[in-house]
Amino acid sequence: MSQTIRNEASEDAVSLTDTTAQAHAEPLDLMAINRIAFQTIVRKEIRRFARIWVQTIVPPSINAVLYMLIFGSLIGSRISDMDGFRYIDFIVPGIIMMAVIINSYSNVVSSFFSSKMQNYIEELLVSPVSNLTIVIGYVCGGMARGLLVGSLVALVSLFFSEIRPVHPLVTISVAVLTSMMFSLGGLINAVFAKSFDDISIVPNFILTPLTYLGGVFYSISMLPPVWQTLSMFNPMLYMINGFRYGILGTSDIPIWTSFLVILIFIALLGTIAMTLLNRGTGIKH
Amino acid sequence: MNALSIAGLSKTYGGNVHALKGIDLDVPDGDFFALLGPNGAGKSTAIGIISALVNKTAGKVEVFGHDIDQEPEAAKASIGLVPQEFNFNVFEPVLPTVLNVAGYNGISRKVALTRAEYYLKKLDLWDKRKTASRQLSGGMKRRLMIARALVHEPRLLILDEPTAGVDLEIRRSMWEFLTELNEQHGTTIILTTHYLEEAEALCRNVAIIDGGEIVERGAVSQLLSRSMQETFVLDTRGNPDVAPELPPFTLRLRTENRMEVDVPHGHTINELFQGLSGQGIEITSLRNKTNRLEEFFLRLVKRKTGDGA
Ligand SMILES: Nc1ncnc2c1ncn2[C@@H]1O[C@H](COP(=O)(O)OP(=O)(O)OP(=O)(O)O)[C@@H](O)[C@H]1O
Ligand SMILES: [Mg+2]
Repeated sequence: MSQTIRNEASEDAVSLTDTTAQAHAEPLDLMAINRIAFQTIVRKEIRRFARIWVQTIVPPSINAVLYMLIFGSLIGSRISDMDGFRYIDFIVPGIIMMAVIINSYSNVVSSFFSSKMQNYIEELLVSPVSNLTIVIGYVCGGMARGLLVGSLVALVSLFFSEIRPVHPLVTISVAVLTSMMFSLGGLINAVFAKSFDDISIVPNFILTPLTYLGGVFYSISMLPPVWQTLSMFNPMLYMINGFRYGILGTSDIPIWTSFLVILIFIALLGTIAMTLLNRGTGIKH
Repeated sequence: MNALSIAGLSKTYGGNVHALKGIDLDVPDGDFFALLGPNGAGKSTAIGIISALVNKTAGKVEVFGHDIDQEPEAAKASIGLVPQEFNFNVFEPVLPTVLNVAGYNGISRKVALTRAEYYLKKLDLWDKRKTASRQLSGGMKRRLMIARALVHEPRLLILDEPTAGVDLEIRRSMWEFLTELNEQHGTTIILTTHYLEEAEALCRNVAIIDGGEIVERGAVSQLLSRSMQETFVLDTRGNPDVAPELPPFTLRLRTENRMEVDVPHGHTINELFQGLSGQGIEITSLRNKTNRLEEFFLRLVKRKTGDGA
């Protein structure tokens, strides 16, 4: 190695000094730094889940197929129409949404938690990149996976049902916003997590049950009044029904209420995430 | 301008561990500076605060005049950090590890590729660019951290024990590399090390920190000239039965043909040799028992903890 260093030193010394001098002559262009840093984070996040696609993409897709097979084709054929739709058509939007929610959340929570555990979050902390860029970068990474798996599930659903989105723009915006919201949730979870258990508790014990109870498989109008009222406190209800409105044109919830609830959650979780990062909670000593 | 300027810096962990007790430190631009101190002295804590990994309790830090609280981006952009503990994504291969950090510093992909290639070649890691970092040896990991810290060409490079666990040959070539960086590119370098020989070979200035306080500072040459004595190991053609009395030197027998001698500051080896040959003792070789800075360091740190000299 000493050889390499000695030999190359003379050749490259000039160019190296030149670039150094240039770099310091100009003041920092923070916009440019954050733009490139953002692209880098998103590229890194996508590479991460793409590299381990067997863990990140395949299982959730298979899960969704099983739901459609079992609840849609096998059992569904014996269930009467729901809100005027075939049962399989009624549940497909919820199944797609479930994939979006869980995958957006899991991606950010595992990726950010690993960067904390292995300390490579420090690569970001020592760089001149803003906390906002870090949050947006990780969130976009989570959205990339959530929306990718969601799209795969949607593609597969074409084999089971014949639905076409009635309101494509609503469909897409509900999916994108929901994905954003749960990516933020995953980030906050990762900030507080101290062990690998802490990153599976929320998805397993909170997200999954709440999506089941959020009207993936039934219309809440079927529930007794008490349960209908209780369901209103379940945030998933608004996302699943918003998405179902986009695809089927029917919903238990007015569509603007759905948007409002999602946007309020995004604002809330976004503020919490930024506050945590600015304080260095769980990251800095 | 100072590359680094620290005033009244203190850090208390969890309310009761006082890792830094108000240190002041200036490192001039272009310096090669050693921060020395025993385990737990507070070196990594100080470095953590400078590079935005640790929140300080009190005090002020400026990097090339940029206050780390007022202008954190400018301060961070001028620092390259090689931390004490490995901190990369162990599943990420070598090249993307360096490219990612270049990206976080706002360096375009194209420039980043050129620079990454340059530094990885210089640090002899180019052949390993596709290897996941967990498959690298300890020494390679250290070099990867150096390449990663340089990819944005910082004006201040901070290395926390860069040569820990690195073999002799590679250590020498790292020294050469760092010296070149300092002399030819004017990069200010601050390093911590437990190999005092390293600090003596590389650094112009040192600060010695112990128990969260700076107990000594100055030019390496000046500290060495203040050493009270030096200890040498002598190989002989047969020792006498008892240690020779030869004031002002103090001699101790070690093995059949080896003895140690303390030479007080201001006395010459010539005097020692004359005395020894007067007693018929033949010397075949002579060497320092410890590195000179090491002796100074040990005495200083012992004096403070009060268990010796
Ligand atoms: N995260 C932490 N939480 C609590 N105490 C800490 C933390 N990090 C360091 N300390 C304490 O602060 C003191 C200084 O530690 P530091 O790591 O700065 O020492 P050091 O000089 O780098 O030592 P070494 O040579 O062993 O690396 C020690 O008493 C250590 O136990
Ligand atoms: Mg340390």
